[in-house]
Amino acid sequence: MIRSITQQKPIEEIERLLEGMGRIFIIGCGTCTTLTRTGGAPEVEEMSRTLSEKGKVITGTTVVPVACDNLTPQILNDHGSRINQADALLVMSCAFGVQTIGSQLGAMVIPAQDTLFIGKEKAGGGFNEICIQCGTCIIGETGGICPVTTCHKGLVNGPCGGTNGGKCEIDSNKDCAWTMIYNRLSEQGRLDAMRKYQKPRNHLGEPKPGKYDIPV
Amino acid sequence: MSAKTPSRLEKIMAAGHLGVTSECGPPRGSDPETIREKAELLRGYVDAVNVTDNQTSVVRTSSLATCIHLKLMGIEPVLQMVTRDRNRIALQSDILGGASFDIFNLLCLSGDHQSFGDNPQGQNVHDLDSMQLAWTARKMRDEGKFLGGADIKRPPRMFVGAAANPFADPFEIRVPRLAKKIEAGAEFIQTQCIYNLDKFEEWVKQARERGLTEKVYIMAGVTPFKSAGMAKYMKNRVPGMDVPDDVVKRMADTPKEKQAEEGVNICVETIQRLKEVDGVKGFHIMAIEWEEMVPDIVKRSGLYPRPEIA
Repeated sequence: MIRSITQQKPIEEIERLLEGMGRIFIIGCGTCTTLTRTGGAPEVEEMSRTLSEKGKVITGTTVVPVACDNLTPQILNDHGSRINQADALLVMSCAFGVQTIGSQLGAMVIPAQDTLFIGKEKAGGGFNEICIQCGTCIIGETGGICPVTTCHKGLVNGPCGGTNGGKCEIDSNKDCAWTMIYNRLSEQGRLDAMRKYQKPRNHLGEPKPGKYDIPV
Repeated sequence: MSAKTPSRLEKIMAAGHLGVTSECGPPRGSDPETIREKAELLRGYVDAVNVTDNQTSVVRTSSLATCIHLKLMGIEPVLQMVTRDRNRIALQSDILGGASFDIFNLLCLSGDHQSFGDNPQGQNVHDLDSMQLAWTARKMRDEGKFLGGADIKRPPRMFVGAAANPFADPFEIRVPRLAKKIEAGAEFIQTQCIYNLDKFEEWVKQARERGLTEKVYIMAGVTPFKSAGMAKYMKNRVPGMDVPDDVVKRMADTPKEKQAEEGVNICVETIQRLKEVDGVKGFHIMAIEWEEMVPDIVKRSGLYPRPEIA
């Protein structure tokens, strides 16, 4: 399962973003930020306590099932008056949820999180970024492992000179993409694929901002 | 291999001489005198001077501007370009800019990650990688065309090089990777600093067996240690660097006031041994912030005087 991976902003930054706003309604998300323990029920409760201690009036809190889904009627039904009393909504979902809630409710939204990446869940917990949705997939030639994402320089023609015991030179906790690709291709007897020169990439696969309309 | 460009470095190696290059790191400021002083130390002792491109991701005077200073002094520069900071439009543009000053040597690199430098929060580019940059430079020179396909009026005439690290792992892919760089367009290779001579010789042997040493000029990279501390630092802290224990021990066992001298001794011994290796076509002496030692190293290694080339 893929998840939107977030990290809570430093409380000083949240305070700065909420400056001049005394009444706050807090919204968590029952999906990704619940799983990553950055914006589920316990974190919403903790945030409510922290902000109360800092003198904010918390008009209410809720954890919506999926913050990036269109849930306006339900949220307003359940919490309309408490939301209307607030100067701002502090949203503890990823930025997809923050933007969805902001546009659906037409309210002032403040993100409590930094959205880091779209991650794939690992066995035993944790998440890895394995695809950056670049729009021009080359993993058919790299043993099913994406170097554009997994190599910190996004190199498509093999490893840089900084490979260190199979780890990346900038972070010894991260595997070198090209060592992984080498091992995978080696197991598959396809090392010849590494010899192929990859021409400059096409960055025009889907120019930002991406947009997709379902063909009629 | 016959020379295809006006590069003095290429002509010297094509004539069968061992080529010698060194490097000049641009200053952390805009004073041209510091560039000229460093370059003057190297004049006559090397065939060309590499100018590093914001090495270790620390902001310095640009490589291209520094190369122009050297060129105006009558010293042949090697323009180093990393793909970290510029996209394909800027890279092609700077190749043309260098060519407009008749800079005849280009070294294509990916560059150290920005997290090592003084702007760790910056965004890297890597629109092209080092191989694609070499391929682009060759296309511009040999076909007279931009990446986009349009014709270039007065195409660049650059001898195109790349770096190689014989010591990074997995070792098995290092020679195939060299082959791929040659195929992409690299005509000369400057290697990572060599301290593990056995491993380097094994790498050259494999390259030789695949016929690669007939297709590319391999310049062996050497860096003299200034101190035992530097040897330990290179061993433990610089990714992809292979400094054997006995080399570190030799430096550490030398009294402090003699360590710089011993570092130079090791460097000279390395060059003398590697001069005899079939497939080594030259030396790249990277005396980091120690340019004044280069003439001595060149002389003691029997690489002086430098050949005259028409």
